[in-house]
Amino acid sequence: MSTPALKDWPLWEVFVRSKQGLEHKHCGSLHAADAAQALHMARDVYTRRQEGVSIWVVPSVAITASNPDDKGELFDPAADKIYRHPTFYEIPEEVGHM
Amino acid sequence: MNKAPNEYLLHLADNAVVLGQRVAEWCGHGPILEEDLALANVSLDLIGQARLLYQLVATRLGGDATEDSLAYFRDDTEFLNYTLLELPNHDALVGYAASDMDYATTIVRNFFYSALMVLLWDKLQSSTDADLAAIAAKSLKEARYHLHHSADWLVKFGDGTEESHQRAQAAVDHLHPYTEEFWTPSAQEEAAIANGTAPDVRALHQAWDALVADTLATATLKRPQTQGYVPEGKQARHSEHLSYLLGEMQSLARAHPGATW
Repeated sequence: MSTPALKDWPLWEVFVRSKQGLEHKHCGSLHAADAAQALHMARDVYTRRQEGVSIWVVPSVAITASNPDDKGELFDPAADKIYRHPTFYEIPEEVGHM
Repeated sequence: MNKAPNEYLLHLADNAVVLGQRVAEWCGHGPILEEDLALANVSLDLIGQARLLYQLVATRLGGDATEDSLAYFRDDTEFLNYTLLELPNHDALVGYAASDMDYATTIVRNFFYSALMVLLWDKLQSSTDADLAAIAAKSLKEARYHLHHSADWLVKFGDGTEESHQRAQAAVDHLHPYTEEFWTPSAQEEAAIANGTAPDVRALHQAWDALVADTLATATLKRPQTQGYVPEGKQARHSEHLSYLLGEMQSLARAHPGATW
């Protein structure tokens, strides 16, 4: 097995779930030789102050991102469609917090 | 409640503080940012363990003893740490310069020591000294992480490039003989075994051997045959390196006795 040199280490995106949180939140990225090492490093870099109870690392290359230039056509059309927000309903008290 | 002999607690504390100080030398000099942070974490874990143990001894000694008096105002001839832990972060033949620090040496030392401490803290959890057992339970989790971290790197070095393999093997060859000290009980260890507050280290030898052999095999590294010289650091007979280390660690506290933040 040959380990790629430091400058060739792939980039990993780090997601951490906090004690209270239900979902993993993106908190940063780091370079590491492999997934196991990325997890270790994420633990040392991003959870030193008890920030998390669970960590995900994802190769940055696995993420397909939207193009900032497409912002207009992707997101602006939603701006004037307030009826898509469920704010016109009365929520019965029995339902409680939603 | 049984009490572990103070000298035995000091042996554990001195181990932790001396290695903590050595590992801290990487702070700001780590090979990459993530490792710099990782080693600072390891160092702070060790210093945290040392503090708990020194505080326990200070309480039991009473009088003027504090964690600081035990860490900063004892001399090298009173320290009871393994010789392995005071050696510099480079191999035997280079000068005493921070720029010569060798990551393989640091990793191999952390590996040998944390492989021992994972076994020892585990047994100490059931020490008849309840205070020591509580410290052991906390420290065990930290030692497991230190072992994981160092074993991971050792495999990467050994099974990495030609140079990383060669440097890892050199570090193993240099440091392995010093681990002989683990298996020869000192007077304070004998006393702790006798009153039931510590396990017999010799009983951990086989498990340690298996752990080390397994990781070295995965790392494609050779295990040197070790026999002959047994260091005596835990009996307060040290290499010349400890006094330099303590000189640096203790100078501030000694220049300004009783100073507070």
